[in-house]
Amino acid sequence: MKINFKLNGQKYSLDVEPYEILLEMLRDRVGVKSPKCGCNRGDCGTCTVLLNGKTVRSCLVLAIEIDGAEITTLEGLMADGKLTPLQESFLAHNSFQCGFCASGMLLSTTELLEENPAPSKEEIKETLSGNLCRCTGYTPIIEAISDQAERRNKIWVS
Amino acid sequence: MGKLKYVGQSSPRIDGKVKITGAAQFIDDIDFGPNLLYAEIIESPYPHALIKKIDISKAEKVPGVVKVVTGKDFPYRFGLYMHDRHIFAQDRVRFVGEQVAAVIARDIRTAKKAAQLIKVIYEPLESVLTTEDALAQNPTLIHPDLADYNHVPWFFPKGGTNIAHWRKVRKGDMEKGFAQADLVLEDDYTVPRYAHCAIETHGAIGHYDYSGRLTVYTASQSPFTQRHLFAQALAPLGLTHKDIRVLSPFVGGGFGGKAGVSMEILAAALATAVRGNPVKILWSRSQEFYNTYQRQGLSAKIKLGAKHDGTITALEQILHWDAGAYVEYGANVVNAAGLSATGPYRIPNVTIDSVCVYTNLPPGGPYRGFGYSEFLFGLESHINEVSKRLGIDPVMFRRLNAIREGDSLAYGAEMNPNGMIEAIDKVAREIEWGKKTKSDNPKKAIGKGIALFWKAPAMPPNASSTAFLKFNEDGSLNLMVSAMEIGQGFLTVMAQIAAEILTVPPEKIRVELPDTDRNPYEWQTVASHITWGCGTAVERAAVDAREQIFDVVERGLCKDRASLYLEDECIKSKTDSTFSLPLKDIVIGGIMQPDGTFRGGPIVGRGMFMPEFASASSDPETSQGGHPNVHYTVGAAGIILEIDKETGKMHIPKVTLAVDLGKAINPDLVKGQVAGGLLQGIATVLYEDMRFNKDGKILNANFTDYKIPTAMDIPDEVVPILVEVPQPDGPFGARGMGEHTMIPAAPIIANAVEDALGIRIKSMPITAEKIALALREYKKRKEK
Repeated sequence: MKINFKLNGQKYSLDVEPYEILLEMLRDRVGVKSPKCGCNRGDCGTCTVLLNGKTVRSCLVLAIEIDGAEITTLEGLMADGKLTPLQESFLAHNSFQCGFCASGMLLSTTELLEENPAPSKEEIKETLSGNLCRCTGYTPIIEAISDQAERRNKIWVS
Repeated sequence: MGKLKYVGQSSPRIDGKVKITGAAQFIDDIDFGPNLLYAEIIESPYPHALIKKIDISKAEKVPGVVKVVTGKDFPYRFGLYMHDRHIFAQDRVRFVGEQVAAVIARDIRTAKKAAQLIKVIYEPLESVLTTEDALAQNPTLIHPDLADYNHVPWFFPKGGTNIAHWRKVRKGDMEKGFAQADLVLEDDYTVPRYAHCAIETHGAIGHYDYSGRLTVYTASQSPFTQRHLFAQALAPLGLTHKDIRVLSPFVGGGFGGKAGVSMEILAAALATAVRGNPVKILWSRSQEFYNTYQRQGLSAKIKLGAKHDGTITALEQILHWDAGAYVEYGANVVNAAGLSATGPYRIPNVTIDSVCVYTNLPPGGPYRGFGYSEFLFGLESHINEVSKRLGIDPVMFRRLNAIREGDSLAYGAEMNPNGMIEAIDKVAREIEWGKKTKSDNPKKAIGKGIALFWKAPAMPPNASSTAFLKFNEDGSLNLMVSAMEIGQGFLTVMAQIAAEILTVPPEKIRVELPDTDRNPYEWQTVASHITWGCGTAVERAAVDAREQIFDVVERGLCKDRASLYLEDECIKSKTDSTFSLPLKDIVIGGIMQPDGTFRGGPIVGRGMFMPEFASASSDPETSQGGHPNVHYTVGAAGIILEIDKETGKMHIPKVTLAVDLGKAINPDLVKGQVAGGLLQGIATVLYEDMRFNKDGKILNANFTDYKIPTAMDIPDEVVPILVEVPQPDGPFGARGMGEHTMIPAAPIIANAVEDALGIRIKSMPITAEKIALALREYKKRKEK
């Protein structure tokens, strides 16, 4: 069946099978590779994308469910290939090692900071608890997020 | 050594931007075009059985199926240190999940559907699921042909048994040693199996083209070793090393699990069955658990003797490793652990029996720590118990017996320079050792634990690294090495080493990912040896390039060579302060002469490193005589642990780890290793373990049931402490530290639990449930 959706600001129209998974569609049909498959059952969060601004595990969403919706992946966060301040903060804190979970982490954090511009460490941890990372021990990721939130809030105040 | 400009700085990762933008390509991100085929594996449901018949006729008829293969198509053995595996099972399966056949189809759904139509008739055999059963009288033999297997000369398999290798270490006089002791304490400790859980699963794509070229893309820590093993296994098909090319893109976590060759051999072999088409095989999360490598289980029997004054007089360690169905890699874990099972202590009388035991569980293999985490859980728990019984402070006891530079190791070689004492003292200070901390909450107890650790790279004595370094027209560099970026930051560290010598900043250096056709040889990215081994090769390549540059300047400008040096990307002279020639002006085009001819040409540096002093030859009965380990990295770790006395639930206010890494080339990356490795280690104590049912089937092959830590499970504070006692043969004095960060996690927690509650837990994991149950037992006993 035919679905229409917006991906990272661009319009798409695709024929999909009713059993097709959003993650598969993004990676294999559209060629957007930043969402990764780590478990295929919603445990690891590395396939996280934004569906109308809210995070979903794209391995648990059927392609047909996104008809008329707007999807954002890591590629869509960057305007003209420029790193977002959050990405800069991840870079500065060495918040990733192998980098496989980075896309999911950034999207989950983007949603958090949209909803809660000044999250506590506990709130950050809770948000990230659906995104597994085996390399970093999470500490540098949490630091990057607190740091970025703090910096952003300072700019707003001043 | 003068002042360092790049080495020792926390330079930003040179693979930072490519990873943070999603541009980094991992194995499953590479496109192979419309003729890509997909393979699905048919697996054994039995832990031990004979294959009587395989009927593939129905599967072959499914539209979209290109080929079905079974063991008959690939009767070839392979293995890293011992050839005990086949590409596909032949007449016998030895673990649940072992590959028996494969369907190759045009799409993955067809491959999966057709795989279900393959009928395999098995004759179940008695299975051996524990080391006790495997070592019993007249056991079922898992490898009846063991005596005939090819293996490295430092393995000692016992044909007619389930013992694949037995590493014996004998030093001194045990009888005398125990007689001198005022206290002899014996106990048993057990460690279950664990999974690496890199978030990226294994994957490989093989392509055998019509010219006879086999190209294999792998998610791998070991591209050159893979090429070698593919060439060995597929030699009957006429393939040679020159015909095989292995490329490894970015790897989404390794931890040892992507070392050696496991499922990648399937892609290499299957490609030869569907010539002209690339064929992809990607492990699911559950396959990742049961058919790659697992960390081996261990039962340890420890007997330790010490005097009233705290001197250790003798140690006996009997280590029985549940190594699984195939031990081609795992037997070397057993070997390495056996050689070093004294831990970082000076002990005059030593007996170690490290026994590699076949069982009908999935193959064991390398896992960050390479056996040291496992034996140190028992040993460092035991050391605490001995010191407690002697009435000596456990930190004092360790300090007293800690190994020092020049001490004789259990197998005879000498201990390298190290900062063990500094590490102990700094860790003790960091957790305020000796100061009892009480929780404000009466339901909670606080304990402190400390443990020492050491580890040597476990590698064949001739394991080598090489580097090519080529200049570009603008004075930037491409550095070609074949170690693997698995997240540890090795690309950045190599760039920093080359930068320091050539004065070209790291951001102007591109370090290439491995391609066995174009990059020079590297043994494997394992053993925490890359900074040391590959780093030395890079250092030498940079020196080689620098000397070539000086040659050109000497010949092209008649400059006194001895006066030349590099600074800020220019060639300068100590005798002529006005002379400054930018590298970019000469590194490709050379130097023009008055007559219009040129001197020089493109600068390409070459560096190689092999530890020529290493040797695995020793007396098989005692291990005396060789130099099997190049050096040890040592350190200490400490923890403050808060325990809920009702539920057993644990919380970590602080954990610290001091490691003597010789020289921190990039301190931030090193600290990242400490935070990540410690949590991975802590997880093996608090959360994880592999469970099998009575039929040898893993019960928790997914992240719902095998819980790895989330951001909610981290310690409140992680304090990395870097000790820098230089390694004489390391680049800028550096030695490895990647694995060491997880090794002491288990004993620090076990010791802290004992400190808080007076309960010694001798089996891992140490879950809240186990503590709660032990507390209940303890109370009952007290009431009696």
